[in-house]
Amino acid sequence: MHSPDKTTPEISSDALIDSLQQIIPLDSVLFEKEDLKPYECDGLSAYRAIPLVVVLPETIEQVKQILTLCHQYRVPVVARGAGTGLSGGALPHEQGVLLSLAKFTNIIDINPKRRIATVQPGVRNLAISQAADQYGLYYAPDPSSQIACTIGGNVAENSGGVHCLKYGLTVHNIQQLKIITIDGELLTISGSGLDSAGYDLLALMTGSEGMLGVIVEVTVKLLPKPERAQVILAAFDDVVKAGEAVGNIIAAGIIPGGLEMMDKLAIRAAEDFVHAGYPLQAEAILLCELDGTNEEVSQHILKVREVLKQSGASEVRTARDEAERQVLWQGRKAAFPAVGRLSPDYYCMDGTIPRKQLPQVLKAMADLSAEYELPVANVFHAGDGNLHPLILYDANIPGELERTEEFGGKILELCVEVGGTITGEHGVGMEKINQMCVQFNSLELQQFHAVKAAFDPDGLLNPGKAVPSLHRCAEFGAMHVHKGELPFPELERF
Amino acid sequence: MNSDISQQLQQQVQHAFERKAALSIFAGNSKAFYGRSDARAASAEILDVSGHRGVLNYEPTELVITARAGTPLREIEKLLEENGQMLPFEPPAFSDNATIGGTIACNLSGPRRAYTGAARDFLLGCKIINGKGEILSFGGEVMKNVAGYDVSRLMAGAMGTLGILLEVSLKVLPVAEMESTQLFQCTAAEALDRMHAWSQTPLPLSASSYHDSTLRVRLSGATEAVKAAVDTISGETVTAAEQYWQQLREQRLDFFTEEKPLWRISLASDTVSLGLPADYNEDNCLYEWGGALRWLKSDAPAETIQYAVAELDGHATLFRHDGDNNVFQPLTPGLMRIHQNLKQAFDPENILNPGKLYPEL
Repeated sequence: MHSPDKTTPEISSDALIDSLQQIIPLDSVLFEKEDLKPYECDGLSAYRAIPLVVVLPETIEQVKQILTLCHQYRVPVVARGAGTGLSGGALPHEQGVLLSLAKFTNIIDINPKRRIATVQPGVRNLAISQAADQYGLYYAPDPSSQIACTIGGNVAENSGGVHCLKYGLTVHNIQQLKIITIDGELLTISGSGLDSAGYDLLALMTGSEGMLGVIVEVTVKLLPKPERAQVILAAFDDVVKAGEAVGNIIAAGIIPGGLEMMDKLAIRAAEDFVHAGYPLQAEAILLCELDGTNEEVSQHILKVREVLKQSGASEVRTARDEAERQVLWQGRKAAFPAVGRLSPDYYCMDGTIPRKQLPQVLKAMADLSAEYELPVANVFHAGDGNLHPLILYDANIPGELERTEEFGGKILELCVEVGGTITGEHGVGMEKINQMCVQFNSLELQQFHAVKAAFDPDGLLNPGKAVPSLHRCAEFGAMHVHKGELPFPELERF
Repeated sequence: MNSDISQQLQQQVQHAFERKAALSIFAGNSKAFYGRSDARAASAEILDVSGHRGVLNYEPTELVITARAGTPLREIEKLLEENGQMLPFEPPAFSDNATIGGTIACNLSGPRRAYTGAARDFLLGCKIINGKGEILSFGGEVMKNVAGYDVSRLMAGAMGTLGILLEVSLKVLPVAEMESTQLFQCTAAEALDRMHAWSQTPLPLSASSYHDSTLRVRLSGATEAVKAAVDTISGETVTAAEQYWQQLREQRLDFFTEEKPLWRISLASDTVSLGLPADYNEDNCLYEWGGALRWLKSDAPAETIQYAVAELDGHATLFRHDGDNNVFQPLTPGLMRIHQNLKQAFDPENILNPGKLYPEL
């Protein structure tokens, strides 16, 4: 499905497999068709490719040797964690090595005094918080896949979650990385302090989608667990009012731990699925979580309730106890599978917009939905402007996936048009590579390629992902639009 | 005062690129003391960004401000204050002329850093001119944005060596409803113990310092939360504490007046000994950031200090000095190679602030 790139290995498959078997045990080198099949895609199953070979090293030394070998013979390498990514970032290369970090599952050290945990890249996100729990600490970023996704993948994608407005993304919550470059060199990025000498390579590596190096160790920052968390549900008869309420909460000087919005279709799907007690007549609901010390939460609950009422909420409900709080969140957390029950397939988008643009964007999406004859349910990290429109489709109807992808692309272009971005937390991967041509001009894309070349001049790490070639952009025919400098026709109708 | 001189700046860079002529980037000149002074800089042409100023977008409920790089830091802080908000990293200004561009280029953060984040953490996007004279935009004005490499944050702390900042977009936060500073007389070891014990609990900490046998801890947040936290940690409540933190941030406390070179040492917060002779004299050291930042006054040679700090996986910066050019912690050969490659990627003729960070860049 993806276009093959120029990279051609200078070694035969048999010789490559043979050489890899010299580095790691025989059972850690997979090359039979049936063994390769489970690796053909990540969380975005619309894109599939069978790699030449899958390797499962378990030491840093083995990774160094594998990369040195691939570098020597110009073999493409795609690193993979748990494969839960939603943008096709871990889509294998047909002529390359798929480097699985699945065996790197050790928690090396937890230092409660320094509030850090040093872990191998294959450690699951949630496992870090579970291990830190005995010290009253936790790791804040919580992507919805946190039960399964690994910290190495989180760093590669700069993963977010529902608590980003207050606690930041992965980039704000890591302290040190160990990476191996394509020529097999181990680099330690940043040290034991809160900052480091030289350029901010920690930030550059975070979200680099496996294009610059292979992450082999991560030191994350831990936070004290909030003393208390409380959730308020507010119902609105108009999504615009719900959007304004979000601004009003922030204007009141409160940064909620989580602030989520769902539209009518998403509410209904979630309610049918988990019976959270959501108000079915509402056009939109807000879930506002306040966390911190007991006193702070008590004070903020009163204030937020008042703000929500003044913002025109038709109902404001505070969870009476932890059980009710869990139930209210359950509906939100189950929103994707709940929507999945409405339709054979759904396609999850991930744009971010300045929050004030929400009414226009929702209206434009509704128009596009009518035009493409595909329904959309909206789940929205309202606090930070990150939209997750879920397009409902049926892959068995010929042409419907293509129509869905085109519709999704239009939504992302709309996000760029209003001053936002094509991806808030899922990454570009293969999925949004064409929309990169919309968000960035050719000089900016060339600068990205130059950054890539500073680490990987031969383009062997995850080739063809994240940053499109200028040739590809020309083929895509997209015009770079920047913050409303070019009119977007759909926007002029309202 | 609003003015857009980006075209003029771009032309100057393009012209310098064609002639391979070094440029020394300058705006408020408030941090001219910081960084290396390289022979190439002495003969460089001045690129003055101070005329490129003005706030371009500020909407308090979006928690984002975008300003031209030459906008005075004071102007931005005043505007935010009028709206009950702040730059959460509490940057030092060192002069009324400090600009937002210089602040980000140096990535310096104040007392709040250990508890809310550094300048780089709040940088959402920027527009730059690279060393070829190309105007490029990265990141944006939204909180979550993972499209493309994080070039914006790469600019924070690069001291202009990768690009000239034209515009920056920053996340801002509401000012706390209440603050209180508690003071304790204790030894350095006791201070470290207390700071670590408190930072493992959800107290609303926002600053800490230790010097002259005195530990100060600032609490910020909702009124009821701060009151309860004061009860928890006790200590003597400091009056006029705001002034103290301001003086610490601007390095106007008595501690900073001495003639000796001033080192900024960043390392693990629980480090007890730096492994230096100067350790023996506690009066020479000021602790911030829960112990993760140490200001040290020392005549010891740069090599000695940087070697000792490297052993602790930290890094030492010669912050104020007269003449010694070993300002920043030496990088390992592998990291230096990546730094040189990146410099080449952004500034192939090496014309932007050459030698400001490292002689090799």
